[in-house]
Amino acid sequence: MLDKFPTAPDAKSEGPISTTSEWTFELIQEYDRAIAELAEEFGLDTYPNQIEIISSEQMMDAYSSVGMPVGYNHWSFGKQFISVENNYQRGLMGLAYEIVINSNPCIAYLMEENTMTMQALVIAHACYGHNSFFKGNYLFRSWTDASSIIDYLLFAKNYIARCEERHGVEEVEAILDSCHALMNYGVDRYKRPYPISAVEEERRQKEREEYRQRQLNDLWRTIPKMGNGREEKPNFRFPEEPQENLLYFIEKNAPLLENWQRELVRIVRKLAQYFYPQRQTQVMNEGWATFWHYTLLSELYRRGRVTEGFMMEFLQSHTNVIYQPPFDSPYFNGINPYTLGFSIFTDLRRICEEPTEEDRAWFPDIAGSNWKETLQFAMRDFKDESFILQFLSPKVMRDMKLFCIRDDDRESEIVVSAIHDEDGYRQLRADLAGQYNLGNREPNIQVYSVDTRGDRSLTLHHTQYRRRPLGKDTPEVMRHLHRLWGFDVHMHSLHEDEVTASYHCPERGRDRMDSEDEPMLIPKPI
Amino acid sequence: MSYIIDRRLNGKKKSTVNRQRFLRRYKAHIKKAVGEAMTNRSITDMDKGERISIPTRDINEPVFNHGPGGHVERVLPGNREFVSGDRIPRQGQQGAGGGGGGASDSGEGVDDFVFQISQEEFLDFMFEGLQLPNMIKRRLAGNESFKMVRAGFSNEGTPGRLNVVRSLRAANARRIALTSSKRRNLRELEEELAREEGKDPALRDQRKLDTLGKRIAELRGRIDKIPFLDDFDLKYNLLVKQPKPRSKAVMFCLMDVSGSMNQATKDMAKRFFLLLYLFLQRSYEYTEVVFIRHHTSAKEVDEEEFFYSRETGGTIVSSALKLMRRIMQERYPASEWNIYGAQASDGDNWNDDSSTCHKILINDIMPHVQYFSYVEITPRDHQALWEEYESVRAIFPEHFAMEQIVDLKDIYPVFRQLFSQKVAA
Repeated sequence: MLDKFPTAPDAKSEGPISTTSEWTFELIQEYDRAIAELAEEFGLDTYPNQIEIISSEQMMDAYSSVGMPVGYNHWSFGKQFISVENNYQRGLMGLAYEIVINSNPCIAYLMEENTMTMQALVIAHACYGHNSFFKGNYLFRSWTDASSIIDYLLFAKNYIARCEERHGVEEVEAILDSCHALMNYGVDRYKRPYPISAVEEERRQKEREEYRQRQLNDLWRTIPKMGNGREEKPNFRFPEEPQENLLYFIEKNAPLLENWQRELVRIVRKLAQYFYPQRQTQVMNEGWATFWHYTLLSELYRRGRVTEGFMMEFLQSHTNVIYQPPFDSPYFNGINPYTLGFSIFTDLRRICEEPTEEDRAWFPDIAGSNWKETLQFAMRDFKDESFILQFLSPKVMRDMKLFCIRDDDRESEIVVSAIHDEDGYRQLRADLAGQYNLGNREPNIQVYSVDTRGDRSLTLHHTQYRRRPLGKDTPEVMRHLHRLWGFDVHMHSLHEDEVTASYHCPERGRDRMDSEDEPMLIPKPI
Repeated sequence: MSYIIDRRLNGKKKSTVNRQRFLRRYKAHIKKAVGEAMTNRSITDMDKGERISIPTRDINEPVFNHGPGGHVERVLPGNREFVSGDRIPRQGQQGAGGGGGGASDSGEGVDDFVFQISQEEFLDFMFEGLQLPNMIKRRLAGNESFKMVRAGFSNEGTPGRLNVVRSLRAANARRIALTSSKRRNLRELEEELAREEGKDPALRDQRKLDTLGKRIAELRGRIDKIPFLDDFDLKYNLLVKQPKPRSKAVMFCLMDVSGSMNQATKDMAKRFFLLLYLFLQRSYEYTEVVFIRHHTSAKEVDEEEFFYSRETGGTIVSSALKLMRRIMQERYPASEWNIYGAQASDGDNWNDDSSTCHKILINDIMPHVQYFSYVEITPRDHQALWEEYESVRAIFPEHFAMEQIVDLKDIYPVFRQLFSQKVAA
């Protein structure tokens, strides 16, 4: 993976910044300054950094609240915390060296237990790698608002705390549970939300309350309008188009939710939206940060600002980070995004600097171009799926020894459909890219119709992707959906317009009265 | 530009609330685990924390996902021998590629979710919903603890207790009092001066003006000499010692050590006593335990001897009750102590002794104790003692409880039953 070991230091240099593994605030500052200068030379554009030194306990806290410095209270974060705490105390896992938050200023946590080398690595990785990615990548630029996220989290935390006081922890948790179950379906893929501040959020929250109620009343009006005598079309469809943002649909249309419950749905939806770009750019984001910590620290070494001992320690952790166990290893747990991303970016630089014939054939536009500009371009305008499709080079496929298997339940055997050879490159690349397409990874479920004139039941359609059925959690999630919707919920799983499976909540064939004793809380009618 | 902030001193228990919520949500599981732990634990670590394990499927947070099946293309790293077109049998998935990976992402985690709860949490769960039968007496007695309470203000005290507001208020009052006549004079003089100055310049009496000016200056000087703050202005917060009522409890453990009680039975009795002791400790600030063992005669012993020394002989239960009565009268006046009695026996008793027990209990013991519990550790049928005790229960239904324990597993449930919160009738 490491094609070139960093070359030996220049003769004329200022000497290493530090020689021991102990860190001090002054040293951190000095490393940060040195790395910042380099980053600027390399053309990295970043938000200002806020580097916070925290203890391991605090790291565990941060860990379990999805890395956010403020978060609302929920048992699932407690579960996360307990498992992190346990594993850590039993020595089963090390904590991440860093957590970085996409905010402006960009907040990065450094653990006090780290050595100086690790702190420098983290600074390079998080404060300049991730940070520039957050600022540059189009998904983050257009979907998240770095300057207002902390404000919004604060609003959410306070709002939820107020709800708990007024309506009881259990009621609030029940709604949050249901929202969390549908969190992945609370994302707008095509419409861009616009940023607003916490104060404004609060003001609007009031307005929304009134507005929602009015809208709802319109939809659920059961008394026919008097007047001009023109009947409404009998096959009036609602919604007119299928809706993919389930949480949004529920927030706006669920008949029985109270206003505060709608606001909770909205909060979870907003958070899902905030994390959506991260889920789509994992390979790129980690690859980019890893590429830069490697490049920046190697450059520091070349200029004689760090010692050889520092480099050894750094390379060791770097190698651990980008280790990819082969598929048959007991440690194998999918493709390591750090490895894949780092390999692609590193190879991209090589293609720019030392292109081979193969590269010229595969990447005529970028072979031999300015590597800094090309990498910036690759970082800015892609997400994992398109990034892999565009930049995964044959060399990386060969290095990682990628191969593709086809597992079709209609065939008795698993077939190796492509390997890292001339015939396989294109298919491999397309398949790997497809693997990072959230649209393929998650079942495609949309709101199909609502029986507005009848029993108010909600019908969803699952459009199967390559005949893949839904998982065993489905009935459970249906119950959550039912809790939010308040009336019957149906889902049909379709393969080429043919229903192959159906889910209902409450389950069909059960007496309606029976459903009273199911453990879920059914919202009380208004 | 980077800011470096040291956050290490900030709070680190941010997740406590979430942790509590998790524990509350899975209370049922944890309680079950605690109950099991009570049965399996050795007696010495009865009150330690506990590892709780919850089946992962119970705490799973469901989401829509793909199940196994359909047409799946997977890209995997680390190819060694495959070329395209190779066919791998689906059976024997281990090491045959694909299948191995497939198993890991279908989320079929079978491991339980295991975590540790602290001793305090453990005890909380263990005694949750249990209540000491009503009436906890709080009495003042000799070896009291004291607490300091506020008792107004005093003129003496240490600088640390200085009450600034009171002191300044006193100083202000003093200054007003000492200067009032001077200020009145001053005001009169100033008015006179103003009148004089208001006159036509030709008519002014220059001498009078000078005298007035001098007297005004003199008065001002005297007013200024009054000190802003004087020693006797200082007021201090006064604290006085107040005896603090303490709740004290004594627990009498009565056990039959006659030949009919074997080691296993004694062990069960011990667990029961221990539970009771832990429970009392949580409810009272101070708990004493008296161990009384008996066969034909009763003896007060220390803990070691109580549980481990072996003796045999017949059984006269009343001897123990008599000894308890005596110790109560001598050392633990009911006016001061909350008295609890716990008796364990296998139900054997000298034939005509049971009625004596009945009498002692009714006349001398039950009126003074908060609660008396009797556990009979036997798989056999009840004998005379049980019947006599049943009649005691009929008289003191609130204060007397009895249960039968057959097996180690019964102890905790029986304990819970004895002390479960009674809904106020």
